[in-house]
Amino acid sequence: MKNFTYAAPRNVADAVRLAGQPDARFIAGGTDLLNLMKDGAQSHGAIIDINGLALGDIVQRNDVIRIGALARMSDVAAHPAVRRSLPVVSEALLNSASPQVRNMAAVGGNVLQRTRCGYFRDSGTTCNKKAPGSGCPALEGENRGHAILGGSDHCIAVHPSDLAVALLAVDAVVLTDRRRIPFADFHVVPGTTPDQETVLGHGELITGFEIPVTPLAARSRYLKLRDRATFEFAVVAVAAALNMRGDTVRDVRLTFGGVATKPWRSPEAEEALRGKPLTTTTITEAGRALVRGAVTRDHNAFKVDLVQRALDGLLRDLGGVR
Amino acid sequence: MTADSEYKRRTVLKAGSAAVTATLVATPAATPAAAAQTDSSSVDMTLRVNGRDHRLAVEPRVTLLDALRERLDLTGTKKGCDRGECGACTVLVDGRRIKSCLTLAVMRQNVEITTIEGLVRGDKLHPLQEAFIRQDALQCGGCTPGQIMSGVACISEGHTRSADEIREWMSGNLCRCACYPNIVAAIQDAAK
Repeated sequence: MKNFTYAAPRNVADAVRLAGQPDARFIAGGTDLLNLMKDGAQSHGAIIDINGLALGDIVQRNDVIRIGALARMSDVAAHPAVRRSLPVVSEALLNSASPQVRNMAAVGGNVLQRTRCGYFRDSGTTCNKKAPGSGCPALEGENRGHAILGGSDHCIAVHPSDLAVALLAVDAVVLTDRRRIPFADFHVVPGTTPDQETVLGHGELITGFEIPVTPLAARSRYLKLRDRATFEFAVVAVAAALNMRGDTVRDVRLTFGGVATKPWRSPEAEEALRGKPLTTTTITEAGRALVRGAVTRDHNAFKVDLVQRALDGLLRDLGGVR
Repeated sequence: MTADSEYKRRTVLKAGSAAVTATLVATPAATPAAAAQTDSSSVDMTLRVNGRDHRLAVEPRVTLLDALRERLDLTGTKKGCDRGECGACTVLVDGRRIKSCLTLAVMRQNVEITTIEGLVRGDKLHPLQEAFIRQDALQCGGCTPGQIMSGVACISEGHTRSADEIREWMSGNLCRCACYPNIVAAIQDAAK
């Protein structure tokens, strides 16, 4: 790891000012950043430790739950208001990483974690995320873990955060030191600039998330499929939130991880269900709508089928469909 | 196994550790004094480990794991993958388990750090250490300090209601000798 200067500001204004330096980076949990710096995938001249900022609270006020950016994954997962009103968030967190990492990693940093694409993490390979224009070996190389949705000729790396998929499903808003960003607008697809993963400006600080408490979010669930039982990133993940009126789907959110270059919401799949009964037919149609634009590579075509099965299983479970 | 034999086991470990320390002191580059020689980018800090304050000066990039092992000679905490994947470096910070390779020493001031060396009370092993011996929950021992620190936290968190639950909540600690069944048994044993 290359050395850096270190500062631990005590308030947001100082933190943002310090982070304005050209090669500065915030550190909270550090569980991803330090690995990236050890592996040489990133290096920064100045590290700004924000753990001294008062951004760790989880509070419910009226119909909004506010989660501070420095709240740790384990504390958010166990919080009674989150478990009661946002089960998909708690489940996604408990299915992430390991107990130790969940005690360390902050939720603000979680949604900013970088892809686990091996070509990105290996300092000895080219990668358009690491060095724009250098090329993407994953397109023709080892791409079993890569995206079938939202990719481009420049990058097909999957966004690894479970929490982000859940926050997208419950209409979260990202709060920064300067603005509010709907979660759906926060991450961006790679296009021709895969080094840009979010709309955050340089030195902009996530201060927390606001999530509305709704009947939709209260009936929500997360299903994560992976290569081993636990402590592994998703091969395919589905978050679903469902609001029924009698037998009819009044409203629904369907978001996906492991299959796309950013936390992925499928309005087409949702539309296939909204206003209709939840049946084998409509669930199958939703799955087909999800993968209609999928682009597969040599090793990841299995995800097209797997993600539809995962959606089917989760919706049946959540909707009580036999 | 009797308390006597447990004590002997610890004495052997202690003697081995003392020998290693002596070797290190004989090598000028590795003495604590040399380590404390700061260049302009070193940071003065105090780490509170196992109830004792340690003053040291290290570069900001030094992880808590490296500070514990290389500067404080607390080599009970092991360095496996150095990427947060194996759990060998698990320590407690204010009673919560973390991976010491994934955090900077400079970030862990003003907190209570507990390593495997801090579990004993006088000559008495921690109940989970005794359970590991009773249940034969180790072979090479490389992962054991991390398993035990993680297990202590797993028990205090209350995640021991079933073997499945223990397996899930101990998933951040890998054992390449595959002692998993005995590790689960030791945690169940100590949680009683």
